[in-house]
Amino acid sequence: MKKLLVSFLVIAAAAIAQPRPDITGSIMGTQKAVIAVPDMRGAGRAEALMSIVNATIFRDLEDAAVFKMAPKSMYPTRVPQQPTDFRKPLQYDPNNRNAAPWLQDWSDPPVNADYLAFGYAAEKDGQIVLYGWLFNVKQADVSSAQAFGKLYFGPVDEAGARKVAHEFAADILKHFGVESLAGSKIYFVSNRSGNKEIWSMDYDGQGQKQITSYKSISTMPSVSPDGSRIAFTSWALGQPQILVHSLETLRRIPFLNPRAGTNQNPSYSPDSKQIAFSSSASSFSQIYMANADGSGIRRLTNTRAVEVEPKINPKTGNDIVFVSGRGGGSPQVYRMNSDGADVQRLTTGEGQATNPSWNPQGTHIAFAWTRGYDPGNFNIFVMDVNTREYVQLTSGAGRNENPTWAPDGKHIVFSSDRGGRSQIWSMLADGSQLRQLTSAGINEKPAWSK
Amino acid sequence: MTTNKASALALALCLSFFAAGCKKKVPAPAPPPAPKQEAPAPKVVAKPIVKFFTAEPATIERGQASSLKWEVTGAETASINQGLGMIGTSPSGGTISGNRSVFPSNTTTYTLTATNAGGSVSETVTVNVTAPAPAAVKDTPAPKATFGEAIAREIQDVYFDFDKSDVREDARNVLTQNADKLKTIFRDYSTGTVTIEGHADERGSAEYNLGLGDRRAIAAKEFLVQLGVPADRLRTLSYGKERPQCTDNSEACWQKNRRDHFTGQ
Repeated sequence: MKKLLVSFLVIAAAAIAQPRPDITGSIMGTQKAVIAVPDMRGAGRAEALMSIVNATIFRDLEDAAVFKMAPKSMYPTRVPQQPTDFRKPLQYDPNNRNAAPWLQDWSDPPVNADYLAFGYAAEKDGQIVLYGWLFNVKQADVSSAQAFGKLYFGPVDEAGARKVAHEFAADILKHFGVESLAGSKIYFVSNRSGNKEIWSMDYDGQGQKQITSYKSISTMPSVSPDGSRIAFTSWALGQPQILVHSLETLRRIPFLNPRAGTNQNPSYSPDSKQIAFSSSASSFSQIYMANADGSGIRRLTNTRAVEVEPKINPKTGNDIVFVSGRGGGSPQVYRMNSDGADVQRLTTGEGQATNPSWNPQGTHIAFAWTRGYDPGNFNIFVMDVNTREYVQLTSGAGRNENPTWAPDGKHIVFSSDRGGRSQIWSMLADGSQLRQLTSAGINEKPAWSK
Repeated sequence: MTTNKASALALALCLSFFAAGCKKKVPAPAPPPAPKQEAPAPKVVAKPIVKFFTAEPATIERGQASSLKWEVTGAETASINQGLGMIGTSPSGGTISGNRSVFPSNTTTYTLTATNAGGSVSETVTVNVTAPAPAAVKDTPAPKATFGEAIAREIQDVYFDFDKSDVREDARNVLTQNADKLKTIFRDYSTGTVTIEGHADERGSAEYNLGLGDRRAIAAKEFLVQLGVPADRLRTLSYGKERPQCTDNSEACWQKNRRDHFTGQ
């Protein structure tokens, strides 16, 4: 009997020790091309802007997480500025310092690159002009190596330098079927003006702009997938209610709040025509759905528990994840059909689980969970909604909350107070490539939009 | 007498501090009782002892406060009539002590009743109320406080347990006093609305705490309305964790933030 128990335990232990399917690996992909991106040089007034141009291109490509960046310290000293700089040698000799640049300088060890992004910038007719090329250096000659070559124009200032660099990087990414994040925006909440207002910034933290000025508390922004509207929760009218602004005019547009002490956490359907939110119209905060202007409201949940944060699956439009304290327990993440049927708890019941957010493919959610930590010490987790398998991305570094996915499905933006005050950070969905995007005041509740 | 009073005060302070702690009190649905160490033979339980029950000062002018103080040992429950209600429970028959300010408008006798399995004992104390000189009554309304000031001065915050919106024992007592005061204030001021603000500590998510703060405000409103406070002069407003009273990273601070706060408009 004892023996049986022991062997059962061994089997159980073996079952637990089985490697779980690699959740982040399936999100991030495994095959990556190696790209070399040597610093470009600039002529005239472009010269002073080259550090911005080079840093922006490198970061856009690195951040996209589709390449392996060849280590810069391995780059050859012979760096081409344009395709005509390449001269095919009769006999390739990597040690011949007088030879012209050649493709093998990049494709051979120690660089081992598959691709080379290069070019130069100059000032022409009062504009900065970036000449950019992408070469497949594994090819045998220059004409077959060239993937593309293109000119980019912008004003001769820092913004212009960023513009041409973002555009060149975006074209390189497009060549690999990847949409650059450079055009995407992160909306967030900042108190740096003295009140919590909605702000926006570029994906890399540049260009931070104030969107609202209610001088109240405005928080929890959510952008419609068509990019036309931003909905958020605000005390501007007294009690916390949902307000909607046009992102074209930045003006408020009508939204019919149900009569309730709290209406909050608006979130759009994939076609931007429906809005899910939570409302205490019927006493306890419950999940509701309405047309985008607030009309045609219908109640989806019916419990005597606080239920908040509905998020509609951006791919199918059919599943909704939300947070509920039902059953008298601590808040956990649940799913249901968009008509409120088939409610299932996704998290284990441990700790507090909040802030669910779908990836653009509608297969995984990121969320904040205190599992394994004291109440309030949230970490970011990612869960495969079908298998319920999850992986923890942050650990033991303050409160990490409100993860939302980038349009590329590979990046996550979240807030963390690991440096003292809450700031906005981005990372890859495997927890790597952590970047702090804000530093002025307290910043929280990021939402990444196209 | 002085040292006795001082130690009673120290004990009262100590207990009130304990009461503010986050530990959930004994839950209502009692689990099966743990087997007692002693022999199960029927035991004669001594009646509780009211060590003292005093009113300081014993005579006040109308509108002033008198402080009731008490200490009871061996009681499982203790209560005071005149709307003060339950003042404490101690299933183990320990010490129940505390104090409460009262504002009787006429001479009032308060009866403290302490109960355990052995029976009940009562102790009474009378607060004599003298009417101020009639001229003074005419004079006092001159610098009459605004409605908002009256609410800020008279109505106390009530506190909640972590992730809970049930009205705790201590909150029931405070709300009972608040109800009496609100009824008086509403009589004195024919207009004005009281906003019950529901707040939460920083540890839950902002979104969930907004729903929780709403529940806390509604719980207090329902309690007050049951005690006869007019519902149409009460409104609720949840701030969740957006307006903390205290920002330290400690239970003492979190408890201060898990509250309903009352403002008058």
